Amino acid sequence: MTILLQLALFIGVSPFLSGLISKIKNNLRMRRGMSVFQPYYNLAKLFSKSEVISENASWIFKLTPFVVISSALTASLLVPVIIFSNPLVNAGDFLALIFILALGRFFLVLAGLDTASSFGGMGSSREMFISSLAEPALYLAVFAISLRFGSTSLVEISQMHTLSASLIVAASALFLVTLAETSRIPVDNQETHLELTMIHEAMVLEYSGKRLALIELSAYLKQMILFFLIAGIIFPIAPFGAVNFTQSFFWLAWFLARIFIIGLIVSVLEVSVAKMRLFRAADFLGFAFVLGIVAVICAILGV
Amino acid sequence: MGSLNFTLLFDPLCLFFLFVICVVSLPAAIYSFSYLKGEYSSAKITLAAILLAVFIFSMLMVVTVSNVLFFLVAWEIMSLVSYFLVVFDTTHERSVKAGMIYIVMTHIGTAFLIAAFMIMYKYAGSFDFLAIKNACQAMPGGAKNIVFLLLLVGFGTKAGLVPLHIWLPYAHPQAPSHISSIMSGVMIKTAVYGIIRFVIFILGVHSGWWGALLLVTAVISSLVGIIYALMERDIKRLLAYSSVENMGIIFMGVGLGMFFINKNLPYLAVFSLAAGLYHLVNHAIFKGLLFLGAGCVYKAAGTRDIEKLGGLIKKMPQTAFLFLIGAMSISALPPFNGFVSEWLTLQGFFLGAHNVVGGTKLFLGICAVLLALTGGLAAACFVKAFGVTFLALPRSRYAEEAREVSLAMRIPMFFLAALTLVFGLAASLILRLLVKVAGSASGIDISGMSFSLNNFVLSPQMGKSVYLSTPQLALVLAVLGSAGFIIYRLFAAKRDAAVSKTWDCGYYKLTSRNEYTATAFSKPFRIAFSFFLLPYRKTQKIRESFYHVKSFAYETHTTKVFKKYIYDPVLALVFKSAKSMRRIQPGSIHLYLAYIFITLLLLIIFMPKF
Repeated sequence: MTILLQLALFIGVSPFLSGLISKIKNNLRMRRGMSVFQPYYNLAKLFSKSEVISENASWIFKLTPFVVISSALTASLLVPVIIFSNPLVNAGDFLALIFILALGRFFLVLAGLDTASSFGGMGSSREMFISSLAEPALYLAVFAISLRFGSTSLVEISQMHTLSASLIVAASALFLVTLAETSRIPVDNQETHLELTMIHEAMVLEYSGKRLALIELSAYLKQMILFFLIAGIIFPIAPFGAVNFTQSFFWLAWFLARIFIIGLIVSVLEVSVAKMRLFRAADFLGFAFVLGIVAVICAILGV
Repeated sequence: MGSLNFTLLFDPLCLFFLFVICVVSLPAAIYSFSYLKGEYSSAKITLAAILLAVFIFSMLMVVTVSNVLFFLVAWEIMSLVSYFLVVFDTTHERSVKAGMIYIVMTHIGTAFLIAAFMIMYKYAGSFDFLAIKNACQAMPGGAKNIVFLLLLVGFGTKAGLVPLHIWLPYAHPQAPSHISSIMSGVMIKTAVYGIIRFVIFILGVHSGWWGALLLVTAVISSLVGIIYALMERDIKRLLAYSSVENMGIIFMGVGLGMFFINKNLPYLAVFSLAAGLYHLVNHAIFKGLLFLGAGCVYKAAGTRDIEKLGGLIKKMPQTAFLFLIGAMSISALPPFNGFVSEWLTLQGFFLGAHNVVGGTKLFLGICAVLLALTGGLAAACFVKAFGVTFLALPRSRYAEEAREVSLAMRIPMFFLAALTLVFGLAASLILRLLVKVAGSASGIDISGMSFSLNNFVLSPQMGKSVYLSTPQLALVLAVLGSAGFIIYRLFAAKRDAAVSKTWDCGYYKLTSRNEYTATAFSKPFRIAFSFFLLPYRKTQKIRESFYHVKSFAYETHTTKVFKKYIYDPVLALVFKSAKSMRRIQPGSIHLYLAYIFITLLLLIIFMPKF
């Protein structure tokens, strides 16, 4: 039951988060922009459409969307949102979460190569490049957090109610990594379909219809998970443990509000910086790495 | 002279290594018969079978003898037999060169081992392991340090630790594939046995810097190994470089264990050692599987160059599936075994950091992070290896004409592929066994230590809720994936997926020339790591006449820094000194008689002083 509730929460809210970000971005650019519910319309549209599959594609291409969605959903179950009577929060820790997200990425990248299109290959190569360079910064941030809390368990991290310099720096490093992982400016651009600049979009270029819908949904889910983790560090909150209706209402409101705050920061950042060249992205992630080192040093110093 | 009784040792460490040797050798041996059939004459196949048996036997001896002298004998048989197997393909000039590099490097390693054993013998007066172990307690620190360094170089050469890895990418790919899988999967692991047996068990970890040194070497090995693997386009050489990387990860666990033994943190020491051993058996399984898979590709397509392959998933679906399993477990993806051991090793660093002070925390953190970087690069490397070899369109006639290999070759691979899953899912049970091995090897009392909650959940940190349950994760992944599929099916009841051409921007006829190549795939990495890889290009105009350029040749290479800046100068020096030595050997019998006379005189004068 709890599992279903948590799945419903993530599947229900994550497209809205994406819609909200693009709405804010559009408004900041003095445009009216599409409705915040547009991602739901898109998903519904894609789900009702038939699909076209490349003749070069193998079973990897056909299987990938299901692996990707399953890895994103599994990752969303590891996050401690509703911990009472959820048997899965103890199935893995922060590190396991990263590995599970890597499972989805692995298949997505293979699917990009599968259709013999140069776009797919380009996207795949770049995705692996960005993600493997993001890895050190990501792990440094987790390392700093674990030094602070004495554990990599997401449950224990979520039950702490302190904020310190090391956590803020670690969260910033995590934030930069999240920008890279969710294909946001300055590393990638979700809005472009220009051949030479797209990364994630190039990789999934051959997908259409229902399978594309699954991949899009996984991307929304992954984004929400990462935002939730950052929010959990900067705005500590106890996981759901409320008993009566009012308490649960306030809990839910605060849960959503802090994720939306992260979304707001992302959208402001996205409209105010330009996309970087691919090889500048390495410097960007290098900066995240340095932030990670600072976070670890802060954690060692005990601040 | 100490007594030389031939007894075999069967303590947990030996049994563990016996298991690792057998678990890879058995499928490789079954595989070998159909692999060799048709490639060589029947006399040569018989020779291969005999050499294989001796090779496996020598490895079994290496890990069970209880005496330094017999250890050296077994070690040398292992090296020599594997040399013959490397040069088995005598028709290729490359084999002979690879064999040459291998035999020279392995003997340099053995020389260091002999030196170490002689120092040990000097203190113990016996060749027996236990006698040496007892004598080592009285050995002065300086001597221990020297012995440790000698052993590190000696075993490091066999293990392929950077910068002693130079022979590995030549020798492993050149041997027949089942031998490659045994060499990479098992033989180089005997070096880990050597380090654990002689350094941790016999010598005892004396100084803190031992573990730190091994850790740093391991981290460098894994990074260098995977960066080279990423650049490689020969599939077997790619796997060989990836072995360098994985040996690095194994030695991270071992080095961390030594580090914690010295810091007097027995719990963490046992845990890290067990993590290293876990990665050892995992690497044996999936690297064995991958090399056998590469052998199938070679047998079917006749080339190891992945730029000439592609699209094999349609020609050889089962081999492709099995190779994918191997690639997933080596990329540490849940729920396969590589994921568990990499997670455990990372936990070793993370937990260790809570128990040390100051800068050491940062040191462990950076090691952990470099391990994570290695993991990311390994995933990229195996996406490339699998994607370019098996996916998309065939890039050459070789790949077009490939056919699925025989069942007798696939069955051993299915066995290994099943093991990758078993070793992923049964993590708690296996870790419990490995903890016993680690405890007995390091002499630490493991009673009261617990690393798992129950048979399904790992829990490396007592009192904290850090858990990992691969069975649960596998179950959830499977359930959610199939739920997704069922929902998809409900909506797509009409089976409305059309098959059409790949999007080609409106041009027609997309061919295999349009698809991404391995070199293109790794280009971002080549640029990002150019400070280390030092890539260079060669362009050449091929002219018909002075006025007409017919075509361009364009090549891109990377500089092998270790070869260029370490080995080549040393080799040049050796040849130079050999040349000058030649002057005292002019061929005159009178001069030689004079040498003998002078030697005799010197001996008579100086002998009484010893």
